Amino acid sequence: MEVWHAGPWPWFLAGPVIGLFVPALLLIDNKVFGISSNLRHICSAVAPAGIKYFRYDWKKTGLWNLVFLTGVLLGGFLASHWATPHDIAISESTRAALTKLGIHDFSGVAPREIFNWDALLTLRGFVSVIVGGFLVGFGTAYAGGCTSGHAISGLANLQLPSLIAVLGFFAGGLLATFSLLPLLFRI
Amino acid sequence: MMTTTPPIATTPRDPRNNRPEFLIVYLVLGIAFGVVLTKSEVLSWFRIQEMFRFQSFRMFGIIASAIATAAISIALIKRASITAASGELISLPEKELGHGVRYALGGSIFGLGWALTGACPGPLFVLVGNGITVMLAAILSALLGTWVYGWVRPKLPH
Repeated sequence: MEVWHAGPWPWFLAGPVIGLFVPALLLIDNKVFGISSNLRHICSAVAPAGIKYFRYDWKKTGLWNLVFLTGVLLGGFLASHWATPHDIAISESTRAALTKLGIHDFSGVAPREIFNWDALLTLRGFVSVIVGGFLVGFGTAYAGGCTSGHAISGLANLQLPSLIAVLGFFAGGLLATFSLLPLLFRI
Repeated sequence: MMTTTPPIATTPRDPRNNRPEFLIVYLVLGIAFGVVLTKSEVLSWFRIQEMFRFQSFRMFGIIASAIATAAISIALIKRASITAASGELISLPEKELGHGVRYALGGSIFGLGWALTGACPGPLFVLVGNGITVMLAAILSALLGTWVYGWVRPKLPH
């Protein structure tokens, strides 16, 4: 069980293991690896509201993926409880840049001063969690995929639309990092 | 580019057969994925910031080697033209380009959200598992985002 207590996996172990989920799902039952479809399946199950985009048999097409997603949450729980907690060893330059932004707490996987329930009532907490979450849901549905569906499944299958989407991911991410965050965190 | 827009697929991939006994396999694979996203620190807001600031090779190494591994696997599967364990023939759908607007615009909108939350959809759930329960609010908001997309979809350029 050494692997649980050891620190974070090196990139050259983590990347290939993530990539292997693509052939694993194909080889089991011709399923395409992609997480964001689940958001659509849940909307279809819970609040289809007569909208055409949500009118399909979500159980038939998406039950497998929703079960996978449930596992993802459980996996996060198990891994975080078995492992010894440690700070994320980000580079000194990132730490300096984030300190300049006003981040003080570098313990845990995400800054506690932004990602907690009380902070939802602050502007930066609300924008990071609620606005950010909305954009993730809207953007992935519009683009038809997220990091797993486009960046990994799509690019690995040499899909031009996925390349455009991934360039978009970075365009949006850079805009948020260098324009939105400095504005948001200095208010 | 042609002037007519090809119809964008309106229903997700529709499997001919669904094997209930496979659900346990998906649960186990999902757990493995949650563990991997935690152990690789891909779930971390700090790592995503480091990536968008180009201050470490780590995230790029992870994404690039994941793509390479998946690409080699897909190429091998295609060459062998094998059937899945379920008996279904393995086929990968081609994504329709259309005008490409949905990919550029939708991708950029997701990118904004990715940097703000520090999480793509998978990590949102892994973070809840890791005890960052406020991400439940981000997930609810993401569901609302997807719902609003479905609602305004007919009016959006694709």
